[in-house]
Parts: sequence; structure tokens; C-alpha cells
Amino acid sequence: MAAEREALVQVRNLKKYFPINRGVIQRHVGDVKAVDDISFDILRGETLGMVGESGCGKTTAGRTIIRLYEATSGSVLVNDVDISKLRGGELRQMRRQMQMIFQDPYASLNPRMTVGSIIAEPLEVHRVAFGKEKLERVQELLRLVGLNPYFANRYPHEFSGGQRQRIGIARALALNPDLIVCDEPISSLDVSIQAQVVNLMEELQQQMGLTYLFIAHDLSMVRHISDRMAVMYLGKVVELTDRDEIYLNPLHPYTQALMSAVPVPDPVIEEERKRIILEGDLPSPAHPPVGCNFNTRCPVAMEQCFEAEPEYREVKPGHWVACFRVP
Amino acid sequence: MVDSALHATHNEDVREHRSLVANVWRRFSRNKIGLAGTAIFLMIAAAVIAAPLLTPYTPTELNLLNRFQPPSREHWMGTDDLGRDIWTRVLYGGRISLTVGLLSVLVSISVGTLVGLVSGYYGGWIDSILMRIADVFLSVPRLFVLIVLITLLRAWDLPWLRPGTFAPIALVIGCLSWMGVSRLIRASALEQRGREYTLAARVIGASDARILLLHILPNAASSAIVAATLGLAGAIISESGLSYLGFGVQLPTPTWGNMLSGTQNQMTTAPWTAIFPGLMIFIIVVAVNYMGDSLRDALDPHHVEKR
Repeated sequence: MAAEREALVQVRNLKKYFPINRGVIQRHVGDVKAVDDISFDILRGETLGMVGESGCGKTTAGRTIIRLYEATSGSVLVNDVDISKLRGGELRQMRRQMQMIFQDPYASLNPRMTVGSIIAEPLEVHRVAFGKEKLERVQELLRLVGLNPYFANRYPHEFSGGQRQRIGIARALALNPDLIVCDEPISSLDVSIQAQVVNLMEELQQQMGLTYLFIAHDLSMVRHISDRMAVMYLGKVVELTDRDEIYLNPLHPYTQALMSAVPVPDPVIEEERKRIILEGDLPSPAHPPVGCNFNTRCPVAMEQCFEAEPEYREVKPGHWVACFRVP
Repeated sequence: MVDSALHATHNEDVREHRSLVANVWRRFSRNKIGLAGTAIFLMIAAAVIAAPLLTPYTPTELNLLNRFQPPSREHWMGTDDLGRDIWTRVLYGGRISLTVGLLSVLVSISVGTLVGLVSGYYGGWIDSILMRIADVFLSVPRLFVLIVLITLLRAWDLPWLRPGTFAPIALVIGCLSWMGVSRLIRASALEQRGREYTLAARVIGASDARILLLHILPNAASSAIVAATLGLAGAIISESGLSYLGFGVQLPTPTWGNMLSGTQNQMTTAPWTAIFPGLMIFIIVVAVNYMGDSLRDALDPHHVEKR
């Protein structure tokens, strides 16, 4: 089903290394390989969930795709235009097509600006609406995210976390983007509010034909909202496929361990459920293991895994995985 | 189009509508010492502005028959070695001292804010160079540089920097005291560069200038305001020190500093000639410092979330 839809975003061999500089003259002594050679497509109108444990590079991947960070190498094509090479005005134009929703609704709104001017900022920067038209657009956006338009002249500190996240969503929608990178948009919200915000995002997606890259670590929430899911481990995408496939038939041992951690809301099944417990911690992305980067914790690692890096390949239609164990 | 569960948020507890300025004022007014300092500063400023209304004399009016009069009904603060009324000279001298203070603070805040913003926001080698320059400024003996610069400025004899005027002194003091401000602003800019609202502005496509002016500066402004108030006290002292050494505003124009210096020889025989200008410097510096401290507490962002 997914294969028929065209790709809105094509990420190709994207790398983001943060240099480590030491000493008086700041000599370059190594790199933190936050994102290390990832490739995938985000299809128009879909929600691609991206999961992985803390520090695996999901946030960096999101920020590099949207060009908050300059990629070390690789390319990101949006609507067939390579945005990693754009500069100045062209880049600014491209920004209209992609927006971002941030993790912390307390930090992502400037405390000195009114809600109205926060939401109007994209309109001002891109000179798409002025004066009365701008005000009307702001009120329309507030209404769209379920807030009272009368809130426009209030300050962020007067709102709760869920309301602030709605303000952040309104700002992201202001320019009618195609792609929205959602960087753990609900993880800092109360559980009761999370569902409301996720529902809002789903409705907006249907209404406006949005494409989401949804970064999170809450597996059940990602499963709920995603069409396809990508699993990241230590800067690499280890598996990517349809959301049901990844739950029912995970191929990569890391994905299997991850999925076995999701509780099942049925006491009988839950009782029988086998959990795969991973030993050890995430290795440092500054010194990833040689060979397959999961070999330090993999329960089924073999000799080959310590020598070569497994290729990230399509093992069945629409199911990508990087593991020697998978036939 | 949006389901009813979402409309429920209209009834969600919305915090009391109160502007940021009102919040700051509420906290500021709670600190009585800060309020007193502010009141004293404003009173002195008002008195200095209204000087001609508060005294029948002029500051340079000689009265050799009335030399060294102790404080009396006619001369509230006595008279000096040339029979000039000290109360009058304190008022008029305050005009110069305060103006020099304010002007030099304006210079140091402008330079410091610009350097700090650029340094903190861009980082890298720009930051290294600017901060090393600041270090150089901090490590040279201030008074020595002040004297050399003022002498140089005088030698050039630019029309708007005539000797005896306060502009060159304010300029030089300002140019030598921006480092503290720039460090404060830099720290703030550095912190805000990584904040999500700055990232959000970049995702929108806002230019660096817009981000600096609309997002970073307003959030760094509280440090700048506090630094300005505290810097005012320092600038007044600097001016007094310079004038005392004879490099400041030239006689007969009075300032609190050169009034003190003119009185060295009579300090034991006519102490009032020294006490009153000295007292004024002391009072204004203490008042301004308390005002600045209180302002800092009031503007502290850590208080913002509290109700």
C-alpha cells in the first residue's frame, strides 16, 4: 500500500557528526556520530514514526533533516529538491514547506512575545499576510488548534502545557507546510493531555494533508499515530516497515527486544508474553563498536557481526532491515 | 471540525491574565529598600534638574567676603574658598555628574550588548576574538588608560570634545566599562541560542538579525538593565575620581568630583566643603546599587513561573 505513494522526503546517506575538539588549540580528536548514514523516504501524507532509546540520534536526525543542523554528508530531497545545498533566500523559501513541533512547550515559546505574535511570526518572516489579514489568520489558526482566538494577546506563561503545545502547533501550521517534524511533541505532557494533542494532530493531518515525521520513545503512542515506523539504534536506522508489520513480525533483534517491552492490554496474553531483556548500555556514539553497532548487546550475534557492518536492505517489499541474521 | 473534547480546553484553568511588566513591578515594589533607593535616586535627579528653582545663587558666583561660611540659613551647606554657595554647586555639579554617569552607561551598555550578542550567538572564532579583546580591556589599569585617552582627546581638540565639557569623559568611561555587560549578555545569548524558541525561529526562516533583536535581546535585556543601573554607580565614581585628579570636567564648572578635589587643603578647617559633595556621591551610589539589586531580583526569570 505504501509503495504506491510518492515520496515527499528522500533522505539519502545522511550523516551528522559533532566534532570533539580538545586542548588549547582545539585539535579535532574525534566525532560523535549522532546520525551515521541513514536513508529512508517519507511518503506524502503519511506519518513516519521514529523510535529509539535516549541518545540514539532521533532528535539529531529530525533536526538535520529540517536543516537546523548542517549535515556532515548526505542529502535530503524535499519535493525532489536537494535542500542540503540550498543557501539564503532559497533555503528560506524551502522553510515554508517544512516546520517543526518541539518537545518542550515551556521552552519553545518565547516568554516575551504574545501568543499572537508568536503565531504571526512565520507570516511576517515570509511576508504572506499583513495587518488585518494577519490577525484574522492568527485567530483562524488558534481556532484550528482548539484555542480561543481571544488568547492572541496573552503571554505563554498564562497557559498550561497542553495549551502551549497547541500554540506551537498553530505556529507550525501558519505557512501551510507539507512536512512537520514532530520532535517528541507529547512526551513532556500529562498522559491525559497527550491523547488530546495526538488526536488534534491526526485531525489536522487529515484536514490539511500533512506529512509527519513523528519522533518519540513512547512505543504505544507511536504505534497509534504512525503508518510506518523506523527504529534507530546508535545513529543508524536498523529497521523500517509498516507499523503492524513491525509489531507482529519484527526482524531485527533490537526491534524484537523493543517490541517485547510493549505491554499488552490483555492479562492472559500479558502473562505469557516473553520479554527480551537487553544487557548493557548504549555504547558511546563517539566510539561505536566495530562491525554491526548492535553487537555488544545482541543476543544472537555471530562472528560475522563483529567483522562487517550489515547492509541496510529491503528484505521484503516495504520492509527494510540491517542485520546479518535476517535471510 | 475539532471535536468537543478539544473545546474542553477553553474551560481548562487559564492562569490569571497579567502582563510581564505588571509581574516585574509587583515583585519590585515588594522590596522596600529597593523602593527607597529608587525614590532617593529620583529625588536627587529631580532636584538636580530643578536646580535654578531651589537656589537663589548661581554656581560660579563669587563672594569673597563670604569665604568659608559654615552651613547657615543663607548657605545651607556653607560656602567654599571663593565664597560660592556649596548647596548650589552640589545641585549644578549633580547635573554634570549624573549626565556623565548616564551617558557613559549608555555607551557601555550599547557596546557591551552588541559585543555580547554577537559573541554569544555566533560563537566560534568570533566569540574567541571578541572575548580576548574584552580580556585585554579588563587587564589594563583603568585609571591610567582613562587619563591617557582623555589627554589624547583633548590634544585633538575636536569641536564637540572641547576641554571642560563632559562628553569626552563620558565617552571614555563608557568605552572602558562595557566588558562586564558584554559577558553577561554573552552568557545569556549563548544559553538562548540553544533554546527551543530560538530553534523555532530558525525553522521558520527568520534572519539572524531578527532572531537577535526579537528573540534573544528581549530575554537578555534584564541582565542589561541591571548592569546599567549598577554601572551608573561605577560611572559616577569614575567621573568623581577623574575630576578629583584634575582630568575630568574643568573648573569652574562644578562636579561632585572636582568639588572634592578643590577642597583638599581646607578639609580640616572647613570640613563642610568636602562633606557635602562626598555625601552626595555616597548617597547616590548606595541608592543606585539598591535599586539595581532590587531590579535584578524582580527581573529574575526564576520568579516568573511562581504565582
